[in-house]
This record gives sequence, structure tokens and C-alpha cells, in this order.
Amino acid sequence: MLSEPSARLTVADFLGTCPAPFAHHDRVLLGHGSGGRLSADLIHRLFLPILGNETLSRLEDQATCSLAPHADVRIAFTTDSFVVRPIFFPGGDIGKLAVHGTVNDLAMGGATPLFISAAFILEEGLTIDDLRRIVQSMREACDSAGVVLVAGDTKVVDRGKGDQIFITTSGIGIVPRGRTLSAAACRPGDQIILSGTIGDHGIAIMSVREGLDFETTLESDTASLADLTRVMLGCCPDIRCMRDPTRGGVSSALHEIAAASHVGMTLTEAAIPVRAEVRGACELLGLDPLYVANEGKLIAIVPAAAAPGLVDTMKAHPRGIDAAVVGEVTAHHPGMVVMRSRVGGERVVTMLAGEQLPRIC
Amino acid sequence: MKFLDEYRDEVAARKLVTAIEGVVTRPWTIMEVCGGQTHTIVKYGIDELLPKSIELVHGPGCPVCVTSLEAIDRAHAVASRAEVIFCSFGDMLRVPGSHGDLLQLKSHGSDVRVVYSPLDAVTIAAANPDKEVVFFAIGFETTAPPNAMAVWMAAQRGLRNFSVLVSHVLVPPAMTAILEAPDNRVQAFLGPGHVCTVVGFEEYEPIARHYHVPIVITGFEPIDMLEGLYRAIRQLEEGRAEVENAYSRAVRRDGNPASRALMADVFEVCDRKWRGVGSIPKSGLKLSAAYAHFDAERRFSVDGIDTLEPAVCISGQILRGVRKPHECAAFATACTPHTPIGATMVSAEGACAAYYAYGRHLQSSPVTFQKEGHREEAANAV
Amino acid sequence: MCLGIPGRVVETWRDQNILMGKVDFNGVVKRVCLEHVPEVTLGEYVIVHVGFALERVDEEEARKVFEFLDSMEQLDELKVEEA
Repeated sequence: MLSEPSARLTVADFLGTCPAPFAHHDRVLLGHGSGGRLSADLIHRLFLPILGNETLSRLEDQATCSLAPHADVRIAFTTDSFVVRPIFFPGGDIGKLAVHGTVNDLAMGGATPLFISAAFILEEGLTIDDLRRIVQSMREACDSAGVVLVAGDTKVVDRGKGDQIFITTSGIGIVPRGRTLSAAACRPGDQIILSGTIGDHGIAIMSVREGLDFETTLESDTASLADLTRVMLGCCPDIRCMRDPTRGGVSSALHEIAAASHVGMTLTEAAIPVRAEVRGACELLGLDPLYVANEGKLIAIVPAAAAPGLVDTMKAHPRGIDAAVVGEVTAHHPGMVVMRSRVGGERVVTMLAGEQLPRIC
Repeated sequence: MKFLDEYRDEVAARKLVTAIEGVVTRPWTIMEVCGGQTHTIVKYGIDELLPKSIELVHGPGCPVCVTSLEAIDRAHAVASRAEVIFCSFGDMLRVPGSHGDLLQLKSHGSDVRVVYSPLDAVTIAAANPDKEVVFFAIGFETTAPPNAMAVWMAAQRGLRNFSVLVSHVLVPPAMTAILEAPDNRVQAFLGPGHVCTVVGFEEYEPIARHYHVPIVITGFEPIDMLEGLYRAIRQLEEGRAEVENAYSRAVRRDGNPASRALMADVFEVCDRKWRGVGSIPKSGLKLSAAYAHFDAERRFSVDGIDTLEPAVCISGQILRGVRKPHECAAFATACTPHTPIGATMVSAEGACAAYYAYGRHLQSSPVTFQKEGHREEAANAV
Repeated sequence: MCLGIPGRVVETWRDQNILMGKVDFNGVVKRVCLEHVPEVTLGEYVIVHVGFALERVDEEEARKVFEFLDSMEQLDELKVEEA
């Protein structure tokens, strides 16, 4: 869906992409794909005024539509484009990312993912070996996520007109009647659960990027969350909402939910799981892990009474071992995300403006 | 992380706050010189923890913010040239010049690259012999040794296609300018930790004596800041005005001799214009005669630049600690990190950007930011 | 102008007559110029700014603020006992 546009990440994305507003630009900047405020500008000022309708304008990760008014299930539908450099990175590749991304967008709506399609834009000169590796990886990702790739398309563009390979995946899943997860459903007192460590994907990608390269054993967390969400909904059917915090990180996802539900969010810094290497890289580059991308984590907002049991259930699942309650939904400061710092002070977590700037100087 | 985690400890922070509360008897205004220190204050809510009678004002220590409009426009002129690969630290990319920023140049096809280290720019020059590689060498004393090292390395390797656009600034003349200003309110300084790591703190002793102002060389973590504040407040309360080193794990009296020697070789002191502040004598560094052939200003004629500074911006007063970001009419309305008008909003280290990033413009919110009881009591006790 | 992060030196070598090294930041290892900390030994911490080591971290000095806090606590305990 439009709320999760493609994941093009480059050095410039991390090291400063233009923060200037959409309205002030006659050209698309990299920042318009950042998942932050510029992306939101593009959606709200260009796409929605022209294309908006009741379903699209909800800006959930997936559209949920009924084919027949009294059917037992509804259809969940989503699409997502993938452009990532390098195309092979620690812990995955663009193919795996493309399958998991679309599967996860369906899963966040409580859907069981069934079918996906893939459209490839290939740049002249891409090696067949690389393409085979990517397609093989997509096959494995589909198998493990329990989806079938049932449609595809290929186009080739002149050398220099593409970045090796772009992949667009669309997905269809089914949602049982009565299950209505929504970013607009959160209530004060609800607990914010994170399924694991944050920032792993963004930092793993950065570690192999020209100009920023550093050595680490860290890998991208790219993974299907469909089985985790199935187990979670089995244990706690009244989960209000789930989001996978991809580009823009946990901060952007929480801002979207806070805005949709007209509530505030209060986070506890010390409760948020962050891997040592991610912390190290963030310190080094002056980044905040709250803004760094994830590809195999989710945020769930749940009624307080259900939180402890759900966290226990998640911890027993391989994709939720580090699950934790990291904060609470509040009636105060609607639309805002506030974090209590380690030394006891509080600060507002703002929405990413353009792209996060490392404080290198 | 060793040397970071222990300096972010809540229990230790509380002890220091208690120690500060124990010595404060009246209001004091203290300036933290560095942008990095400003960030720590707002990120951890340190000012929220302090007795109300202590006012922190934010200093000029953000090199991105104080880089003059002329220097930025000059950078844009150089970066626009077809033969140039223009390398810069990330934050400089979105600093508005008179006609847009480096990222807009990039979207129009200029080869603008972000580097983590100036030494990476030298590597790029070596790898692109048919291109002119220009590095935008900005910064305070902290960044002078790495930038000087890049020039020195390029000289050693005989790289003819590498040059630097230098806009270096120095801290002590700026502190003096702040103290000389008729509207100065600063009674003590938290001195710039990493600047002093490089050059030491002997240079600050005459300032402390002459203006009778305590200067405590301070690090960048919450415990560092609170220790610096504690020491500065003690000096103020006891009527002392000395240079103290509260960052002794990284700062020696005479700094780093190797760095000082290289800086003296590659650079020489010059007058420098600071954005929003004006020209300050002997407040900058330029390439020394021996390295003048690495000067991008010489290599590319980029004279005749007319600058346009927005009238509404009060960043000059903010950089001198006279006013605070939220006192600006444009703050968080017309001027935000994604629509920056002034330099202090552009750089992550800038006081305006720090206030914005950590939601200081939203803090009228009644519940979240209500002061805790003991702070009220502390204030009443004063 | 202040982003200097402490990291542990894990490897050193000379490259075109300049002392270089690898510095570990919590499991992330970055190539760093060590030319201005020539006496650095493996395992020691240095403050790194834009890929350049500014200075070695003095571990003994680093303990001082915590010793001060401990002494303050002992003083408080003493006061409590006196009372």
C-alpha cells in the first residue's frame, strides 16, 4: 500500500537527504522515499487527492475488501516495490526482502497470506547467475512463508537506466470475518509490544555500503512474520493493531498509529531491545535506532490485560524471542510519541524529517 | 559500551543532581559551548532534572551552523562544476545557501558525495584521477587534525586532483566575542571537550581570568554534563573563576601534541565570518602557504558571490546565547528541519534542530512535562 | 563538532607510513587513522571522530567521577550515622 512505499536506501538516505518540503520541490528527491515526512507529503499531497478512496485512504499496510457482503472471509491485498543496494547483503538479498515485505504487510492486517505476484525490472547487464540466486531465494522465502507465487512479469531496461534489479511484489491473503485490526483502534492504557531487537536490517545494509563500510557479524532480520502473527492472534484475538516498522523505523510506525487512533505513545528507552552492534554503529554515526529500518519485526498494540500472556507466547516463537512491552498508549499528548530516557528525563520522539542525519561533525 | 554506558546511569545522574541541588543558592546562567552538549541536554532531558534556578543557554559550537553563507554558496559553485566530485560531511548537504542546498544540486545531476571521514575523500581522489575531488573542510579544532591529515596525505601521495574548501573555525575567539557583547548573560561555560582533547585548555585560562568566568571542560554524556554543571556551579557559588578539567579521561592540559603540530603545519590562523554572528578576528583556520595549492578557492575561481540571508532568522542571537530557539517567530512554524530557514535548524547539532528533534516546541503539553514536586521545592528554596 | 566515540583498538598496521588500525565499537569494527595516538596498544580505548583517533582514553581518570560519587555517598552515610 502507499503507506509502505519502496525500500530504496542509499548512503545519502542515511547521511542526509533533503528535508525540504514536497511543496518546495519541482523534482523528486531521495528523501521522498525515506518513509518519513517527505514520503507522507507525497502520499497526502499527490497520490491521495487523485487516487484516494475509502479503502486506500485508510493507509493500512494492506487493503481489506469484501468480495461478497456476507462471505465468511475478506480479501487482504497489498503491493510493494523493492530497490536495495547492494542487492546481496548480510542475512539476505532483494528477492527474499521482496517476498517477506509483501507477506508481512498482509500478516500485519491479521491476514493469512496465500498468493503473491512478482514483477522484475532488470537492468541490461545483470548477470544471469545473480538473477538465478535472487529467484532461488524468492522460492525459498515463499516456501517458508507458505505462499505461492502465481503470477509474474519481466521487463529489461537499458544499462544505466536501472539499478541492477527492481522487484515489485503484490500479495493476496484472507482475513476471517470479524477480525478487524486497525491503526485507528488503539485505546489509552493499551500496551506497546515489540517483537524483538530494532535496527538490525538498516545497520546490516549500511555495513556493506560503499563509503560507510564497517565490519560486523550483524545480519538483516528479513523474515516472514506470518507464522508469528498467526500464533499471536490465536493467543490474543483482540490485538488492536500490528505494524512492521520498516523504513522510518519504530518511530514512523508509532507516529502513524498515534495519528490514526488520536492517542499518544509513551516509550521506555531502557525496555527497547537493541543489539550491541546496532548500538555501536548508531553511536558511531550519531543515529537513533528508533529511525532505523527493520524487515522482520513487528509492533503490536494490545489491551493491557492481554499483554503479559501475549509476550510469553511470542517469546516461545523463534521470531519473537526478544519480545517485550516497550511502552504504553496514553490519552495525553495525542499524536505524539514521548520517550523516557535512561537518566530519567523525557523527550518527544519526532517523526523523521527527510532522513536521519548522522552527527558526524 | 564501555565509557558510554556508565556515563548514562540514572542512579549516578540522580546523585549528581542532588549534589547540584546541595550547592545552588541563587540563579545562574551557564552556556554549554558545544552543539553535541546541547544535544545531550535535550535528548536526556537534563535541564528538566536541574534546579529551576539554573538556566542553560546554548553556545555557538555547531560548525555546520556557523559556516558562513558565502562559504556555502562557494561550495555550491564548486560542486556545480562538471569536472568536480564534491565530498562533504552529511549535515552540510542540507544547509541552505542563497539558492538551495547541496542535495538539490545533486538532484540536478551534480556529483555530491557524503563521506564519513575526510580521509575517504582522499581515497576517492586516488580512485578518480580524471576528476577533481573537492572536500568541504569545515569544523572546529576537533576536526582540524583529520582534515589536515587528509591534505597532508594528498601531498604525500602527490594527488594533484584533490583540494579542500576550508571554512574552519576556532572556539576561544567565539567565547571572547560572546563575553564582550553588551547583552551577554553567560556567567560560566561548559567548555568544549573534544576541542580541548586536540588543543588542550591552556588557551582558556586567560579568558577565565580576564572575564572572571568559570570554564569547566566537559564531556558529552549525561554524567559528564552533570559533573561539569556541578563544578561550574560550585565555582560560581564560591566566587572562583578557573579552568577545570571535568573530561580528564580524554583531555590533557596540552592536548594532543601530534595533532597540534600537524595543524600548525597545514593551517594558519585567519579572520573568519560566522553565520549569524559576523566576522570575528583570528577565529578561523585557512591553509598555510606551504599547502595553499590544495585550496579549492584558488583552483576554481568562485568569486563574485552575492548572498541572500533570510531576515526572519535569529540564529545569530541564538548562537551567542542571547535568545532561545522557541523565542523565534519562525521556530517550528515556518522553520523546521524539513523547511530550515536558519543554519541552527539545519544541523543536527544546531540548537534549533535539537529543540525541534526532541519536541521542545511541543512541551506545553500539560501532563507529560509537568515538573516533579522536588523541583518545585528546590526552586522555592532558592 | 563533538561526536567522538570511544572504541577499542583491535588491530594496527602502517599504510603508506601512516599508523592505521581497526577499532571495535560494540561489535562494529571500523578502519581508523591512529597516527596521532602512536603509543596506543591493542585493547586500549581511543576517542574516534570522523574516522580519526583524537586521543587515548585514560582509564584511571575515567574512574574519578564515580569515586567522587562514592565518596559523596559515604559522606551522607556518615552524616546519617552522626544524626
